[in-house]
Amino acid sequence: MKIIVCLKQVPDTAATIKVKPDGSGVETEGITYVINPYDEFALEEALRIKERLGEGEVTVITLGPPKAKEALRTALAMGADKGVHLSDPAFEGGDSYATAKALARAIQGLPYDLILCGKQAVDDDAAQVGPAMAELLGLPQACVITKLEIDANRKKAVVHRQIEGASEIMEVSLPAVFTAQKGLNEPRYPSLKGIMGAKKKEIAEHNPSSLGLSPEEVGLAGSKVKILKLSPPPSRATGKILEGEPREQASQLVKLLREEAKII
Amino acid sequence: MDLSLTEEQLLFQKTARDFATKELAPIASQLDEEGRFPSEIVKKLGELGFMGIAIPEEYGGAGADYRCYVLALEEICKACASTGVVMSVNNSLVCDPLYMFGSDEQKRRYLTPLAKGEKLGCFALSEPNAGSDAANQQTTARREGDTYVLNGTKIFITNAPEADISIVFAQADKTKGHRGICAFIVEKGTPGFRVGKVEKKLGIKASSSSELILEDCRVPRENLLGEEGQGFKIAMATLDGGRIGIAAQAVGIAQACLDASIRYAKERVQFGQPIASFQAIQWMLADMATQIEAARLLTYRAAFVKDKGDRFSKESAMAKLYASEIAMAAGVKAIQIFGGYGYMMDYPVQRFFRDAKVTEIYEGTSEVQRMVIAHSLLA
Repeated sequence: MKIIVCLKQVPDTAATIKVKPDGSGVETEGITYVINPYDEFALEEALRIKERLGEGEVTVITLGPPKAKEALRTALAMGADKGVHLSDPAFEGGDSYATAKALARAIQGLPYDLILCGKQAVDDDAAQVGPAMAELLGLPQACVITKLEIDANRKKAVVHRQIEGASEIMEVSLPAVFTAQKGLNEPRYPSLKGIMGAKKKEIAEHNPSSLGLSPEEVGLAGSKVKILKLSPPPSRATGKILEGEPREQASQLVKLLREEAKII
Repeated sequence: MDLSLTEEQLLFQKTARDFATKELAPIASQLDEEGRFPSEIVKKLGELGFMGIAIPEEYGGAGADYRCYVLALEEICKACASTGVVMSVNNSLVCDPLYMFGSDEQKRRYLTPLAKGEKLGCFALSEPNAGSDAANQQTTARREGDTYVLNGTKIFITNAPEADISIVFAQADKTKGHRGICAFIVEKGTPGFRVGKVEKKLGIKASSSSELILEDCRVPRENLLGEEGQGFKIAMATLDGGRIGIAAQAVGIAQACLDASIRYAKERVQFGQPIASFQAIQWMLADMATQIEAARLLTYRAAFVKDKGDRFSKESAMAKLYASEIAMAAGVKAIQIFGGYGYMMDYPVQRFFRDAKVTEIYEGTSEVQRMVIAHSLLA
């Protein structure tokens, strides 16, 4: 079974994010990057399917700057077989649509039975690339899955999706695109042997022309969404400590809730 | 001179850090309090390849090198120095001598499961009267046909209560002095071989140290490691590598002290401001950070020289001496910065302080390290 996993390299979830003074983006200095945690669930699931079936191939693909190759190497160290890196200045600044389009084009050139992504990237939280890619590839999709079972004949899969207050169970014909939610599995750590072996694995490089795309179709030029400005959320006002006897404090509190907070 | 880490080394470091942060740090205080050996953690470390990092893949290791080993060990020790020493003993003191001096059969039979982390090893050199004077071995080995009969008592042996395989040193020919010492591979369960008193320690409480007692313990001749009379040389060569591991452990403990101190200094308010704004605290932090960086570079360099295949006794002794002493100093400063809270068992700096002390003692005291360094200067 050939499985493709889409990865995005994102700032470490523990990193402190600062918006650039001009609002054009975020300060990248001093930030460490990791594989998007939801994409790690997707990768772990792909590796487990391969291990369960005893055969198969897991290809990891990412669109990102040269640094994003680290994410592919980490995935190869965890056990993926091959990497594909879409890296070119022309890809920069793309929205979910432009990214999905480039990824879909790269995937069209590969054999696959299943495509897995994270449900969303934790940097922009758009949750668009997986579904958009499925549309562009003309494939069925199921998003936010917490369980995945491949049918014995490998022609269909049963997935559990998290929906409001319940779990939805769907049968989907393959190939299909599934996006992973927390709870699907617990991702492994790359073993030291895996890390040593990762450098011997192949990473194919692509730019827009090798994908048959014009520079106008990718990156910022090919995007439907333009980011005008980023601004940090307003900082929380400091709390107010009331003083005096409990009775006084209570009446002050009621007054404040009514007049300042305007919630009662 | 390029001091930057390679892509693989960075990934090694990150993997160790992620593992230490997620799996180890949350339970380290509890392991220490209960003095509980972290069996499940050690099993996971084995699966990740941490128990035989610098051993080639053909013998079950990760096929990396000492530079990767020190990177991983520092991260593990930052979270839990006890787990670090369990790992260090298995890597440096057990896998290394088996790889360097073992026969192919010994490597296949003993090294492979040890390097994979399926089995755990210990290194039994110390005796009640053979500490710094390690050549004064009272444990004896008497040759009887195809076996050696071992008698004696080993003390303070890290990992001994859990170990499946022990490297045991014994005197086979007293007339030859240290050239009469032999090294043996002794398996758990060998008749006449048992674990004695399990020690209560000041620090590294989640690792276990005990006596090993040998009473007419018969070991087959094929379990002699290296040649007859080569034992002392094996022990010294092994400890040269081990000291790099202890240096990395000390760097990890010192870094844990600094990290905790920085966090606390920023949060703790006295005289209306965080104590981090006081120069008295800032200077302590600056000194700690500078010393840690120096110790780390000495440790990296010792690992680098070893990986290159050059002699590294002096480098490893210097790294171990300096790193252990600055780790102890960092423990003292961290408690000082925490003040009364630092003296309480509720905060982890007291654990770092207790754990740091042993790095100045085991695998050669600071005094022995100075002897080794001076010896190589004056040779």
